[in-house]
Amino acid sequence: MLSTRWQPRSIWSEMNRLREEMERAFGGADLRRFDTYVFPPLNLWEDDNNLYVEAELPGFELSDLEIYVNGDNQLVLKGERKPPQIEGGTWHRQERGYGSFNRMVELPEHVDPDKVAAEFKNGVLTITLPKREEAKPRRIEVKAS
Amino acid sequence: MADTVVKTEQQPAEVATAERTRSGQTYSPRFDIVETADELVLMGDLPGVSPESLDVQFENNVLTIVGKVEPRYRDVNLLYAEYGIGDFFRQFTIGETIDASRISAELHNGVLTLHLPKTEAVKPRRIEIKAV
Repeated sequence: MLSTRWQPRSIWSEMNRLREEMERAFGGADLRRFDTYVFPPLNLWEDDNNLYVEAELPGFELSDLEIYVNGDNQLVLKGERKPPQIEGGTWHRQERGYGSFNRMVELPEHVDPDKVAAEFKNGVLTITLPKREEAKPRRIEVKAS
Repeated sequence: MADTVVKTEQQPAEVATAERTRSGQTYSPRFDIVETADELVLMGDLPGVSPESLDVQFENNVLTIVGKVEPRYRDVNLLYAEYGIGDFFRQFTIGETIDASRISAELHNGVLTLHLPKTEAVKPRRIEIKAV
C-alpha cells in the first residue's frame, strides 16, 4: 500500500475544487479516474498538544469507518458508503459517489496512538491525535547573564 | 409519461437571489435525484450542516437548499488543507407536479434526503383492460 504524502497546502484544495467544477462543466463526467484523486480529502491542523485531522464523510455510518494509527506517525482511514436503497425509479442525477476507500497518510509529528480520539458529527469526522511529549514545543528560557 | 422536469437553475450571475451578505466561500452540494412513480427523491451531501442551520424552501417551483456551515476551527495553524469549508447553496427548478404541502426532509450524517410527492393528478395510473 502506498502512503500518501502530504502535499503542500492549497494545491490539493484548489485542484479538488477545480476538478469538481470541471466535472460539472462536462456534464457530470467523472474525471476521477484520470488523475490522482484521493479520498477523502483531509484538513490537518495542530496546537501545542494535539494534531487534528478532519474529513468530510457525509452518508457514512460510524460503524462503516475504521481508523488505525500505525507506529506513531501513520494514520489509516477506511470506510465504505453504501448506495441508497431505492426500488426502481429513474435516476435523473447521480453526482455523489459510493463505494469503499482506504487512505493512509503520514503525520508530520509523532503521536501517542493509545490516546487518539475520534468524533463523528453531521458527516464530519474529526480525529484528535495527542502529540508525543518530545514533539511538543518547548519554551526555552533565556537567562540573562 | 414524461419525466418530471428537473434541471439546475442556470441563472446569470447578476441575479440577486444567490447574492450573499456574509463573506466566505459557498459550495454547490452534490445531489442524486431519483424519480419514482409517487415522488421525486433528492439526496444531497451537506457535511457539517446541522438540522438547525439548514433551510429548504419550495416556492414557485424552485427548490432552494441553503446550508450554513460555521467555521469549525478558527485561528489555527492549518498545516495542510485539501478542502475548503463554506456554506452550501443550490437551487433546482422542479416541474409543476409536486404537492408542496407534503414535502418532507430529513438530515442524517450530513446527507439531506428530500421527498417531493407528486400530486395525485400526475401519478401514473394503471389502466385496467377488460376482456371482451
